[in-house]
Amino acid sequence: MADEEAPLLIAEGLSKWYGRQLGCRDVSFELYEGEVIAVVGESGSGKSTLLQLLCGELTPSAGKVLYRMRNGVTRDPALLGDAERRFLARTDWGLVHQDATLGLRMAVSAGANVGDRLMAVGWRHYGRIRDTAAGWLDRVEIDRARIDDSPRTYSGGMRQRLQIARNLVSQPRLVLMDEPTGGLDVSVQARLLDLIRGLVADLKLSVVIVTHDLAVARLLSHRIMVMKDGEVIESGLTDQVLEDPREPYSQLLVSSTLPP
Amino acid sequence: MTVALELREVAKTFTMHLQGGVLLPCVAGVSFSVQAGECIVLAGPSGAGKSTILKMVFGSYRCDRGRIVVHHGGQCIDVAGASPRQILTLRRGTIGYVSQFLRAIPRVPALDVVAEPLVANGAVREEARELAGHLLGRLDVAQRLWALPPATFSGGEQQRVNIARSFLPDLPILLLDEPTASLDAVSATSVIDLIAERKRRGTSIVAIVHDPDVRDRIADTVIDVTRFAVAA
Amino acid sequence: MNAPAYNFAYLDEQTKRMIRRAILKAVAIPGYQVPFASREMPMPYGWGTGGVQVTAAILGPSDVLKVIDQGADDTTNAVSIRNFFRRTAGVRTTTSTQQATVIQTRHRIPEAPLSSDQILVFQVPIPEPLRFLEPRETETRRMHALADYGLMHVKLYEDIARHGHIATTYAYPVQVAGRYIMDPSPTPKFDNPKMSDCPALQLFGAGREKRIYAIPPYTHVISLDFEDHPFERYRLDGTCALCGATDSFLDEVIADDRGGRIFVCSDTDYCEKRRSEQAIATESSRG
Repeated sequence: MADEEAPLLIAEGLSKWYGRQLGCRDVSFELYEGEVIAVVGESGSGKSTLLQLLCGELTPSAGKVLYRMRNGVTRDPALLGDAERRFLARTDWGLVHQDATLGLRMAVSAGANVGDRLMAVGWRHYGRIRDTAAGWLDRVEIDRARIDDSPRTYSGGMRQRLQIARNLVSQPRLVLMDEPTGGLDVSVQARLLDLIRGLVADLKLSVVIVTHDLAVARLLSHRIMVMKDGEVIESGLTDQVLEDPREPYSQLLVSSTLPP
Repeated sequence: MTVALELREVAKTFTMHLQGGVLLPCVAGVSFSVQAGECIVLAGPSGAGKSTILKMVFGSYRCDRGRIVVHHGGQCIDVAGASPRQILTLRRGTIGYVSQFLRAIPRVPALDVVAEPLVANGAVREEARELAGHLLGRLDVAQRLWALPPATFSGGEQQRVNIARSFLPDLPILLLDEPTASLDAVSATSVIDLIAERKRRGTSIVAIVHDPDVRDRIADTVIDVTRFAVAA
Repeated sequence: MNAPAYNFAYLDEQTKRMIRRAILKAVAIPGYQVPFASREMPMPYGWGTGGVQVTAAILGPSDVLKVIDQGADDTTNAVSIRNFFRRTAGVRTTTSTQQATVIQTRHRIPEAPLSSDQILVFQVPIPEPLRFLEPRETETRRMHALADYGLMHVKLYEDIARHGHIATTYAYPVQVAGRYIMDPSPTPKFDNPKMSDCPALQLFGAGREKRIYAIPPYTHVISLDFEDHPFERYRLDGTCALCGATDSFLDEVIADDRGGRIFVCSDTDYCEKRRSEQAIATESSRG
């Protein structure tokens, strides 16, 4: 386990203002390969803004993001050309939306959804594309027989799992997740979290997961950042922050979760 | 004898912000060291800070003052000042922690719960599972339970899964919080044998044990933590 | 009574220059859709206004114009447009592919090979090949700019998944000069190979959508496909009942009240030429 190994993603003083409205301020952290960091906070905490800054959907008002490319060179994604950033978004990165319909092509089949990234990078053999897609459906526990069905016919949990397959087929190194279990039934959530846990471990993914659910953070993440009103008010190992919260707001958050 | 773990003047106070910022001093001046192959048992009444000390060594709790120095592989790391990443590394390769309660992850079979730390360190899953099975067998966890998630197990069965998970990777420092509390005499003996075996291999152990009989059988040194209590 | 006086080929000279600039740009960037200020024409959208504007911009007094619709010179639309140019430009018109210098076409490419002295003008309804997959114009422009064409193959994949083969039979997407993906207009895929390395200049005009694009002469054009589902020219398995051709694109015609059907060449000029050649051959063999 090299401590000398360089971080995969660095955020330095990331800040975003919408006019005079603060999105987030001065967020800094380092993410290493195989690490999961949870960003926890309530509505308006700035966690979604942070995610959008990390994946380049928003340009920061201040600060920057640094990403270590596969060739070892560290670049600021905001300074990449459009074509290069798009390519990165389709190969090296994954983005799992809370609303699966935003992350899927609802009008085409599940197989086409999973094969999309492959075709985008030049795969031109139908049989191989289809087999790879089917393999991924197996991996996310979707019945292969549904490969030609449109996600419109899928349940919420299935759509999320399909979204995950669609993102992971290109073997990304960094995955950003925005409330991936939001709105799902509890049993469905459990299954999805279990799947995410397994995949993260197997594929050594680095993940930034935004969630308001401390149990999700506890289950999936190594480290946690607590955000309030656009600022990171506490960060550390997940068990540190959840068992020994120091800041008043962290203590409030932790004590507010109802025990089952 | 080599010192594996050393605490120096460790102190912790809890600040209860939700209760108007009330300060709850827990421990202060905690100093002791553990040699390789030695088992130290922390004794004292409930609330005296025994679990707190274990958690500070593991890095779950942050301490206000003092140093917690871990010696391993020729290196010295102060847990108190370590970065999250360093602590994660320590947990993977140096310090194991058996908590009082198994945090049951839904849907993961017991065998995989036990095998997971080995797999996370790069072991082949099938081999890790096999070793996990051996250890579960030693702890008398019936084979028919191995494929089931531990959430539905009895307290004693969960405790044994917990123990197996932490003992499997063969870490040089083990922190045990009431390892035999929910176990019957037979299972408790299996655990005690396991602890003795590890001590012979040079593992350092810090444990919290209420049962005097178990304590006598595993402890080389007993530390009464009330001497670290902070005057109210 | 003042009869309206039209400029040569209806459009004023400034408009023609604007269209020619767009054409030059299109030729410089093969397959790229150049926006242009489409004018009000004396025919509604959907009736070939794009093709007519392109033809009007390039016609000169010595040009010979042929107009076909679905391969035929004698359908209503072909006749109307031919008359339109006869009236406003006074140019010679013809039904012969070989004799024409400008050929305006809807939905077919002539069977007879074209020469470097000719220009083929296509009428295009929807110029954007990605339109049915991605409704946002902002997004499709981006995709073309970044050569981000995975979606096109997603559509073909979907076809194969649903129908077992690529079900697109016309307006089959192509890639031009290895860069832009283009909609060849609703010509049958049978005609796609003709666009590649063609000696003639091919111009495409979409009036309602206000786009012009081009394939310069001798440009490489390939139809999109998969390695294991290669592009196939599709042709009805039959022979022309009139001229006996086995290699031309055929129309199916109901011949009688009992549902009897025959196949005839879609390209009327091609069929006629073959028949007259056969008649001459028969004559000379008799003689």
